[in-house]
Amino acid sequence: METQKIEKPAPMIETVLSIESPPARAGFLRALGAIIWKDLAAELRSRELLSAMLVFALLVILIFNFALELDAQTRYNVAAGVLWVTFAFAGTLGLNRSMAMEKDRGCLDGLLLAPVDRSAIYFGKMFGNLIFMLLVEVIVLPVYSLLYNVNLFQPGLIVVTLLGSMGYVAVGTLLASMAVQTRTRDILLPILLFPVMIPLFIAAVKASGGFLQGIPMDEIWPWLNLLLVYDVVFIAVAFMVFDYIVEE
Amino acid sequence: MASKPVALKILDIITILLLLVATGLVFFFAPLERVMGLVQKVFYFHVAAGWVGMLGFLVAAMVGGIYLARGERKWDIVGLASVEIGMAFAFINVVTGSIWARPIWNTWWTWDPRLTTATIMLLIYAAYLMLRSGIEDPDRRARFGAVYAIVGFISVPLTFFSARLFRTIHPVVIGTNQPGAEGAFDMTADMRLVFFFSLFTFSVIFVDLLWHRIRLGQLQDQVEQLKLKFNV
Repeated sequence: METQKIEKPAPMIETVLSIESPPARAGFLRALGAIIWKDLAAELRSRELLSAMLVFALLVILIFNFALELDAQTRYNVAAGVLWVTFAFAGTLGLNRSMAMEKDRGCLDGLLLAPVDRSAIYFGKMFGNLIFMLLVEVIVLPVYSLLYNVNLFQPGLIVVTLLGSMGYVAVGTLLASMAVQTRTRDILLPILLFPVMIPLFIAAVKASGGFLQGIPMDEIWPWLNLLLVYDVVFIAVAFMVFDYIVEE
Repeated sequence: MASKPVALKILDIITILLLLVATGLVFFFAPLERVMGLVQKVFYFHVAAGWVGMLGFLVAAMVGGIYLARGERKWDIVGLASVEIGMAFAFINVVTGSIWARPIWNTWWTWDPRLTTATIMLLIYAAYLMLRSGIEDPDRRARFGAVYAIVGFISVPLTFFSARLFRTIHPVVIGTNQPGAEGAFDMTADMRLVFFFSLFTFSVIFVDLLWHRIRLGQLQDQVEQLKLKFNV
């Protein structure tokens, strides 16, 4: 309740800001950029989030190698599934860390006090998480191709990875900001996230598998459409409800 | 807290009578299905329980939206109540389905879209209850619960659709069947009567239980306030 009162800046500050601040849209983009930049700069100095995600992702792939006996035959059939499970696990690690960092050091309160639109905070965190996720994927995909001699450099697969990661961080950022504010935060995020994420996983795995196995495009389209619908629906929903998550 | 209202008492009695009549109709009035025999009778309560489960989750998502818009405590109580009732009936739906599937599909379980969706739905609302139990502040608990009820409910049709892109063997009794559905049958007029009567009965049970659960939620609120008052 305290922050609720402070959240609107005092009129004087507001006038000072409005004299200097450009039109609303440019202000929104600037706030968005500032939040993304803050996350990247913090990561550049500590490197704790990316390195953890990356090492974890490689370990998961290693474990799958022994758990599934990835011989030359099965490799092509299960590659999509192995990759998406890896991304999902590494992703929760990153999402949890990225929001816990804000919460622990009181940065979230600082962000909420800033005279910017709440949606700028959501989209800023979301794009920050998306960048980390994509960085991990950019490293994991070549390593996977190298280790298992599977060609993963296909434009279709890259589109699927992009769409899938987008939907994943859209819901993930929303639910992670909920999870960090609970008592059981470390274990809660995957439990909240995975059941809601199932349609995205099914579509992403089927579409990636389709591209890897060279299935005709008209059988892959329904899955790509599903990915698109998921992304649009959940970005819109998260945008609408995020205000209620960070409200104090 | 006022004592039990008369309308609720009457509703209780009506609910019990309706359930008795529905059970009687299922066992003694509905004709025996020629191929599947007695086990087909599970169908009447199976579909009705699934309907109440969906209804509960729909109500939870709707009152979640109302709560976020208005911020009144009572909507949160309704939301939690309907999720709990919805989960119980969704579980009945899955169990009765398994009982039917064992002789008809020759397996307790298969990864069919409806079965998959039903299970994931149960997991979503289990996560909902875990989320709520991890938050002490009642206001925040209500807000987070409302948000998750909405997000979860929106994902259900997407889950169903994505699972349906796989081939299904679940029979569609109302509407057209997918090719390959096993255990399908056409309802006779008597069967249809019993079926819709069961649906109606279960809807009344839902309303009755919801009413009871809301009263319980209000009592819980009072207890919590009294505790705060005397423990400080």
